[in-house]
Amino acid sequence: MYKYNDFDRSFIENRNRQFRAQVARRIDGSLTEDEFKPLRLMNGVYLQLHAYMLRVAIPYGSLNSAQLRQLAYIAERWDRGYGHFTTRQNIQYNWPKLSDIPEMLDALAAVNMHAIQTSGNTIRNVTADHFAGAAADEIADPRPYAELIRQWSTDHPEFQFLPRKFKVAVSGAHQDRAVTKAHDIGLRITERAGKIGFDVIIGGGLGRTPMIGKTIQEFLPVDDLLPYIEAVVSVWNLLGRRDNKYKARIKITVHETGIDEIKALIDQRFNEIRPSFSGIDQSLLNSIIADFQGPELRNEPVHEFHTRYDSAAVFRSWIDTNTAAHRDNTHSIVSISLKKPGQTPGDASSAQMRVIADLAEKYGYDEIRISHEQNIVLPHVHKEDLFALYCALKPYDLATANIGLISDIIACPGMDYCALATARSIPIAQQIATHFDALKIEHDIGHLQVKISGCINACGHHHVGHIGILGLDRAGVENYQITLGGDATQTATLGERAGPGFSADDLLPAIDRLITAYLSVRLSPAETFLETYRRLGQAPFKAALYPETQQNTKAA
Amino acid sequence: MSQLINDTGFVPNDITTPFVTLDHWTTGCALQLTSDTDPNDLDRILSAPCIRIEFPTSADGRGFTLARLLRLRGYKGHLRAFGHVIADQFAMARRSGFDDVEIHDTVARRQPHDQWLFRTDWQDHDYQSRLRGDRSPIQSAQNTL
Amino acid sequence: MPTPKLSQIITANALINGDVIYFTRHGTWSPNFDEAEVFEDDAIAQDVLIRASAQADQTVGVYLTKVAADNGSYKPAHFREDFRKTGPSNYFHGKQEGVKNV
Ligand code: HEM
Ligand code: SF4
Repeated sequence: MYKYNDFDRSFIENRNRQFRAQVARRIDGSLTEDEFKPLRLMNGVYLQLHAYMLRVAIPYGSLNSAQLRQLAYIAERWDRGYGHFTTRQNIQYNWPKLSDIPEMLDALAAVNMHAIQTSGNTIRNVTADHFAGAAADEIADPRPYAELIRQWSTDHPEFQFLPRKFKVAVSGAHQDRAVTKAHDIGLRITERAGKIGFDVIIGGGLGRTPMIGKTIQEFLPVDDLLPYIEAVVSVWNLLGRRDNKYKARIKITVHETGIDEIKALIDQRFNEIRPSFSGIDQSLLNSIIADFQGPELRNEPVHEFHTRYDSAAVFRSWIDTNTAAHRDNTHSIVSISLKKPGQTPGDASSAQMRVIADLAEKYGYDEIRISHEQNIVLPHVHKEDLFALYCALKPYDLATANIGLISDIIACPGMDYCALATARSIPIAQQIATHFDALKIEHDIGHLQVKISGCINACGHHHVGHIGILGLDRAGVENYQITLGGDATQTATLGERAGPGFSADDLLPAIDRLITAYLSVRLSPAETFLETYRRLGQAPFKAALYPETQQNTKAA
Repeated sequence: MSQLINDTGFVPNDITTPFVTLDHWTTGCALQLTSDTDPNDLDRILSAPCIRIEFPTSADGRGFTLARLLRLRGYKGHLRAFGHVIADQFAMARRSGFDDVEIHDTVARRQPHDQWLFRTDWQDHDYQSRLRGDRSPIQSAQNTL
Repeated sequence: MPTPKLSQIITANALINGDVIYFTRHGTWSPNFDEAEVFEDDAIAQDVLIRASAQADQTVGVYLTKVAADNGSYKPAHFREDFRKTGPSNYFHGKQEGVKNV
């Protein structure tokens, strides 16, 4: 993992001193709320419904055990003993006092962490594949590039007051686990003749006007990476709309300007900017790459594991759903589900964080990842240790075998916390997960991603859920709209609206009918919900969702 | 009225000639640019002795990119950020290529001298200069002043 | 749909601790919903809003919100304000833990 040097450390200490002074100046009136708000946002501080919220960056989703223990400590010392892991590889604390936040930031700095640019109209925390450095299908570890971009974007003098937020994701594998096509810039590492380069995708985004990003560069050379993304942001900073915040994201600029014209502008800007990089960033990059070499994996054959796997059914089920192929076949990637049915998706208590930290140290080479699916990953676990790990997780409600299944739901905080929400998301997720868990048909249903947002901003990625649920406010009552057929991977697709929304009470029965319909029309248990949807289209699902309408049309 | 700030803190305004807008500008005049200036217009004004870029609100960050583009295109004159700029933006302004900042008195009253001095350490803790090396045109342009 | 006549109150969050607060008839802020001053008249409400917003060193995000008469007292007209008055539904945190302690 990246090791902070003196520069990084003193940068953060200095930044924290500035924020401490900014809080004091807000309180003494030197700064108006309008002036203070962008400053607090660029340090991760939101105002939610009940309190402030502090959003802490987990750059490219990587943590070590000391950092996770510190997150647990911060939750206990200044918050309510838990944290919420988000789809953007951040952790959110829901109850901090403004006056405590400078202390919380100092506590983060003690373990080389921060909340810089986790919010506001800035370049946000750069996200990456949560299996980075471990996945069997990886071309190159995306994290060194994400770290380079983190350094470049941190406190970038031109880009602290952008038209709107700007999000970058990097993926280095064949499978896109970083949703690169739904980011302002998505970077995908590709390989040609033994060299790597980047496919650059721009203008993706969810929210009010969801769009799948467009490829603007194929195989961008590594040493052009920073000047090229600087050119993109520079062009957008001047061109992006500032008159309407709903039209300010680069996806709208690309849409209104046209991809060819914007590409020409970016290329021209790139030529201007390129000479201002002396190339020294590449030697920094090389030392970052060295930091990310990864642990030396234990060389020990696998035998016990197979016996356990064959004899213990619950363990086998957990292995089948919660582990993924590691580049070294004696190891596995383990996903620890934060989605026990009935629990708030993505929440972990301080006690759970500490257990995971201990287990990462004991069985996982001290490496931990946070996934955008709001789960925690131990990227390197020797197969001989899997059974012991499973047994140790179980007492802490951390051994739920549901990764990728219907109860592994992504949900934003919704109206329970968020000031922008139009409806709740958490209780909906809890109901759906509990319902299908009780029926014991989750494994039979198979791979199915349900994603829930509490308003049109789409923080819960509902547009790219196989089943997306969007909570709205219809005349003062919560109402839920269903989209179908979304896909967050390299074959990214926006879901299509199924029809009129459902009340909170009618939603679960509707989802239940939808699943029953899928089970009856799929070709075989091997055909996933998404595949079935792609084969048959909306018709059978619509019929299940709206049986009355169907009868009416027939009668008419 | 307004207050000028440079690396030494609050200083008296040394430019007394009037600033003219782009429409009325001719060579030799001090020029005032709005934050929505088309970057294509920058090429023909590189001979201006002094350019002041307006910040209508502190949330409008276009001026930083305009300043940087001017420096990248070889502008060697005096570059000033003008309007609603807050102390917290002093380092950003200097790093983007501005020489100094001129603010309204109302802001100066709320954000006195010491709050600006706190941010005159703009050359420290700067990821950009680390990542670019010493080839940054921002530095070279200013050093020739 | 006939809209029942709604009154208004002024609410905000406390600058330092972030807690939901309400503007009282004494010109102070209270964490207790029941102490909010209720305005029948919109013009007066707008006027007091300006006064309440001026206390910027104590508050953040001051706004008017509608309340409905409810058996001699008032309740929030919208469920969003119900959550602010109560707390989240996934944990027993926030005001529902007991306003009396504040
Ligand atoms: C206080 C809580 C939050 C607020 C106020 C908030 C605000 C917003 C807004 C306004 C947008 C729309 C941006 C646009 O279309 O221009 C958005 C998008 C998004 N947010 Fe949040 N958000 C919050 C919490 C979260 C959480 C908890 C997550 C992760 C679970 C998250 C992840 C995202 C993502 C992934 C998007 C869509 C991608 C995109 O930016 O286009 N946000 N958020
Ligand atoms: S989707 Fe809406 S409700 Fe959910 S966190 Fe984002 S802004 Fe809040």
